[in-house]
Amino acid sequence: MTAVTPITTGRRPPAGGSRGRRVRRGRRGQVGWVFVGPFMAVFALVFLAPIIYSLYLSFFRDQLVGGTSFVGLDNFQRAFEDEQFWAAVGRVALFLVVQVPVMLGLALLVALALDSGRIYGKSFFRIAVFLPYAVPAVVATLMWGFIYGTRFGLVGNFNDAFGVSLPDPLSPSLVLASIGNIVTWEFIGYNMLIFYSALRVVPKSLYEAAEIDGAGQWRIITAVKIPAIRGALVIATIFSVIGSFQLFNEPSILQKLAPNAITTYFTPNFYTYTLSFSGRQQNYAATVSLVMGVVTMIIAYAVQLRGMRKEA
Amino acid sequence: MSAPSFTAEQTPRRTTHRAPAPRRGSRARRSPDKPRRSVLLTVLMGVTALYALMPLAWLVINATKTQKGLFGSFGLWFSGDFALWDNISQTLTYDDGIFVRWFLNTLLYVVAGAGGATFLAVLGGYGLAKFDFTGKRAVFAVVIGAVAVPATALAVPTFLMFSKMGLTNTPWAVIIPSLISPFGLYLMWVFAAEAVPTELLEAARMDGSGELRTFFRVALPLLGPGIVTVLLFTMVQTWNNYFLPLIMIKNPDWYPLTLGLNAWNEQASTAGGQPVFNLVITGSLLTIVPLVIAFLLLQRYWQSGLAAGSVKG
Repeated sequence: MTAVTPITTGRRPPAGGSRGRRVRRGRRGQVGWVFVGPFMAVFALVFLAPIIYSLYLSFFRDQLVGGTSFVGLDNFQRAFEDEQFWAAVGRVALFLVVQVPVMLGLALLVALALDSGRIYGKSFFRIAVFLPYAVPAVVATLMWGFIYGTRFGLVGNFNDAFGVSLPDPLSPSLVLASIGNIVTWEFIGYNMLIFYSALRVVPKSLYEAAEIDGAGQWRIITAVKIPAIRGALVIATIFSVIGSFQLFNEPSILQKLAPNAITTYFTPNFYTYTLSFSGRQQNYAATVSLVMGVVTMIIAYAVQLRGMRKEA
Repeated sequence: MSAPSFTAEQTPRRTTHRAPAPRRGSRARRSPDKPRRSVLLTVLMGVTALYALMPLAWLVINATKTQKGLFGSFGLWFSGDFALWDNISQTLTYDDGIFVRWFLNTLLYVVAGAGGATFLAVLGGYGLAKFDFTGKRAVFAVVIGAVAVPATALAVPTFLMFSKMGLTNTPWAVIIPSLISPFGLYLMWVFAAEAVPTELLEAARMDGSGELRTFFRVALPLLGPGIVTVLLFTMVQTWNNYFLPLIMIKNPDWYPLTLGLNAWNEQASTAGGQPVFNLVITGSLLTIVPLVIAFLLLQRYWQSGLAAGSVKG
C-alpha cells in the first residue's frame, strides 16, 4: 500500500516550470507533425470549422418566404438590440459576480484547512468534498430539484413537520440562487482540489521562514500561501467564468420542475438553444453564439491580465 | 516491506533538481512541532462534508422507496418497505429495458470518445513536448485559445454542420466532438516533458529505431500515469455530457443515460404522463455508481494529475 505513495509524489512537476529547459530538437524537422497532426485534424473539424461556419451563417437570413439571403451585419445589429439576449447576459453576469466568489472562497477555505494539517480525518474530507464532481449535472440537478420540491422534497417535508412555509426555492425570485447552490455543490470539490494540489507544492521552507519571523497563521495564509498559488486561483477563476457564461444544463432541467420561474431565454445559451431548435432561427442563433463567445473570451482574458499583473 | 526507503530511492532519480524530499517525509521529520489538530476546524470541515454528501444520502435513501413511499415519508429517512431491489429491477426492465440500452450507449460514447480523446492527447502532447517543428507555436497558441472558447458556443454551429453532413442522430455526432480535449493535450504535454528523458529517445534513435516505434516502445510505458489521469477526466466528461447529445440525438435508442433520465423526469412531470419518479431516482443512483467507484479506486491518479495541471497554469 505504502509503496504507491512515491509514484504520486514523483509526479509532481517542478515549481519553476520546464519552460526553462526548452527542448531543442531542431534537427528532427517535421516528424513532430506525425504526432500532433491527428489531434489538429480533428481539432480543425470540431473547433475551427464550426467557428468559421457560424461566422458565415451570421451574415445570412433564412426565411420561409424568399429563402436564404445575404443581410450583412443585420444579425449582429439585432443581437446588440435584443433585450431578451442582454437580460440573459445580465442574469449570468449576476450569477458570476455572486456564485463564483462564494464557490471559490469556500473551496479555498477547505483547501487551506486540509493543507494546514490541523484537522482529523483529512483524506476522508478530501474525498467527501470532491465526490460531487463525479455526479453528472443532470443527476445533480434532478436530485436538488427534488429536494427543493414541495411535493416529496426536503423543503416540503420541513414545511409539513414544523407547520411553517419556507420560501419556495423554485419561485422566480429564488431560482437563480437555487441554481447557484447546485453549481456550487457540483464544483466546490474540483476547485478545492486544484487549490490543494497547488498548496502542496509550495516549498515548506517559505512557511518556516515566515514562522521564524513571527508571522501568525493568518498572516502566513495571506502573505505566503495565497500569493504562492495565484496561478491556480487565476486558472480556477477563468474556468468558472467560462462555466457561468455557458450555464445551460441546470436551468434547462429545472425548467420542467419550475416552468414559471425559468424562461426559455433564461441564460444566453438557453436562448441560442431555443432560437435554433424551437424557433428555427439558426442564422440568428449562430450570431448570438458568436457574440457570447467573444464576450466570454474578453472577460476570461481580463481576468487573466488582472491575475498576471498582480503576480508581477 | 521497507516502503519508506523505496520513497527515498525512487523519487530523486527523476527529480534531483526539485524540492528533494516528498512532503510526506518532511512532515514526519517535523513531528515534534507538528501543528496541533483543531476540533473546531474539523467540525467546520464536517459541515462542508455534510453539504457535499447530504444530497447523495438523499438519493440512496429515496432509491429504496416505492412511488407511494416517496410522497408519504420524510426525505432523509427510510419509509416502511424497502423497495431498492424492486426499483432496480423495474428500472432495468421498464420500457423493454431501454435503461440498459442507454447504459450501453453511454459505454460506447465513453470508450470511443474518451479513449480516442486520450489517444490523440497522448500523441499530440508527446509531439509538442519532444519535437521542434514548423508551426509548433501556432499549434500551441490556437489550442490554448480554444480552451477559452465556450464549448457550448460551438454546439449550435457544430450541429448545423453535422446535420449537413448527415451525422446527426448517429453515435458519430456525439463521439467526434468528444475526441478533442485541449486540457488533456496540455496535461500530456506537461507530463511528457517531465516523464520521458530526451536522452532515452536519443539512445533509441541511435539504435536505429523509427520514431513511431520509439514512441510505442520507449515513451508510452513511461507515460502510464499521465494517460490514466487524462483518461479518467475525459471519461467523466463524456459520461456526464448532456448538452451535446441533447442537440445531436433525437432518437431515444441512441440516448446516453443523462438524456434518458431527463426524458423520464419530463414524462413524470407532464400532466397525463406516467409518473416514474422512483425510476428517475433509482436510475440516477445507478448512473453515478460506476463513476464514484472509479474515482475512489483511482484516487492517486486524479489527484496527482490535477496537481500537474494546476501548477503549470
